[in-house]
Amino acid sequence: MAEPIISFEKVNKWYGNNFHVLRDIDLAVAPGERIVICGPSGSGKSTLIRCINRLEEHQEGTIRVGGVELTDNIKAIENVRKEVGMVFQQFNLFPHLTVLENLTLAPMWVGKTPKREAEERAMQQLTRVKIAEQAQKYPLQLSGGQQQRVAIARALCLTPKVMLFDEPTSALDPEMIKEVLDVMIELANQGITMLCVTHEMGFAKAVADRVIFMDQGQIVEQNTPHEFFDHPKSERTKDFLSKILGH
Amino acid sequence: MSAVLEPIKPRTAPVKTEGLVPWVRTNLFGDWRSTVVTLAIIALAVYLLPRLLSWAVFNAVVAPNADACQAARGTGACWGVIVEKFRLIIFGRYPYEQQWRPEVATIMLVALLIISCIRRFWKPWLAALWIVVVPAFFVLMGGGWFGLEAVSTDQWGGLPLTIMLATFGIVLAYPISIVVALGRRSNLPAIRSLCVIYIELIRGVPLISVLFMASFMFPLFMPVGKSPDVLLRVLVGITLFSAAYLAEVVRGGLQAIPKGQIEAAQSLGLSYWQTQRKIVLPQALAMVVPGIMNSFIAIFKDTSLVTIVSLYELTGAMSLALNSDAEWRPFKIEGYLFITLIYFIFCFAMSRYSLWIEGQVGRSKTR
Repeated sequence: MAEPIISFEKVNKWYGNNFHVLRDIDLAVAPGERIVICGPSGSGKSTLIRCINRLEEHQEGTIRVGGVELTDNIKAIENVRKEVGMVFQQFNLFPHLTVLENLTLAPMWVGKTPKREAEERAMQQLTRVKIAEQAQKYPLQLSGGQQQRVAIARALCLTPKVMLFDEPTSALDPEMIKEVLDVMIELANQGITMLCVTHEMGFAKAVADRVIFMDQGQIVEQNTPHEFFDHPKSERTKDFLSKILGH
Repeated sequence: MSAVLEPIKPRTAPVKTEGLVPWVRTNLFGDWRSTVVTLAIIALAVYLLPRLLSWAVFNAVVAPNADACQAARGTGACWGVIVEKFRLIIFGRYPYEQQWRPEVATIMLVALLIISCIRRFWKPWLAALWIVVVPAFFVLMGGGWFGLEAVSTDQWGGLPLTIMLATFGIVLAYPISIVVALGRRSNLPAIRSLCVIYIELIRGVPLISVLFMASFMFPLFMPVGKSPDVLLRVLVGITLFSAAYLAEVVRGGLQAIPKGQIEAAQSLGLSYWQTQRKIVLPQALAMVVPGIMNSFIAIFKDTSLVTIVSLYELTGAMSLALNSDAEWRPFKIEGYLFITLIYFIFCFAMSRYSLWIEGQVGRSKTR
């Protein structure tokens, strides 16, 4: 395995004094690897990926992203964040800015790209997620699926090496899930490193190199999608799969 | 049998709900209660309006004639008092023959404020204009340069002083309040406590006592003759006082920004200050425009309290003008009505401007 782009070593995290949300997490992600993380709510899967760009701080262990260890050094973290794009469950687009301004903000202020160039690249990304004609609208004028595609385009504008998806389809109407998954599948096929918290098992089967199942702050089981779905090893995994696939 | 959706064509509402007549019908005569109230108010207006008009207009004395005013007392208003004391009320104790200076200076300042309120002029040259106009205002008012006779600040007064205190109070307090509001939400305990202490201390005392301290107590702690000008001290007092209140209004806006907005900005690599400037403040301030304008209007009217430290702004100048003249002293009601009108014009303009701003910042929320 190549030098991992993301590595967790014995990572522990608590919320407050008593809620032990991540327990002894060890994880190495190879460049270009596509990982789907699933598990019941409260299992720590969102917290895990939010630690990668330090939206959450861990208290024990080491996390390295692109060889940089995540510490209190805010400059180092800002550099890591440029390399790591994130898509949120609630889209989190900036409602006071147009779609185009949402996309050019970070390239212009973080990447120091000239406005014209930033706008050109933004339009390319919007075309990529098939929403270029909405560039001048405000986010709240778009449907949920459109907003989430804009959010993906926004994260891509800094040309990150890693993309994190935190339940990207959970807040969408059923009719809109597919348009977002299509964009994500296309992205996965282009070789970007992806970590995706989702319960879209079809997506996991189609694109994931590895599926990770978490419960109570621990990684219970990880395997290729084929092995994971067809031959789950632990009882907890079987139970979980029977609940989400059974209906 | 297959069900086919048969579209129903849209049609207009059977009863008109828009326009003047429907508005009067639903709002003034909607049911018997509103009808009774509407009729009562009309009756009251019919009863009061003629009396008010006869006092304020038909029996009023407009000429600056004290005897005529005295004769009309109780039946007609004496607007003559305003004609007579106009310059004293408007300019306070500023030397009579130099009064063109506050006039020009204030017109300049008000023009600058109006220009600053218009979006089309929000260009770099506007900042340059401020840098020119503000010193020009003080040079004109204070003199001592370019052959202008020096006029010490305790002689400044009337409307120019009111406008000057309000303008600089607002312009200085606003940025301070934003910094303090951000500080109160800081993760650094030292900064946070400092901001909390500042806000709570200032909010815990009346403006009068702040002004009193700035004016009388502060010099006690300074070497003799080294204390800054009283007007400056009072301006600092008003600024710090207003900033504490404004900071809490701004903090209200900051609280309302969802955490996801900040996380999204962070995940894009934006620094703390970039996040505040580009994401948090534009949304937070837009949300609290009514509260901010409320504070601005309060600052404008609170300047009337500087009278207690012997600075005669509009209200003080009016009292001074009438109290110092036994002949005109009885006509304070007319005097107060006059300055009320002046205060109202300024405050109403601010309030309308606030509505316009709300419309501007609300655009992105319209679906």
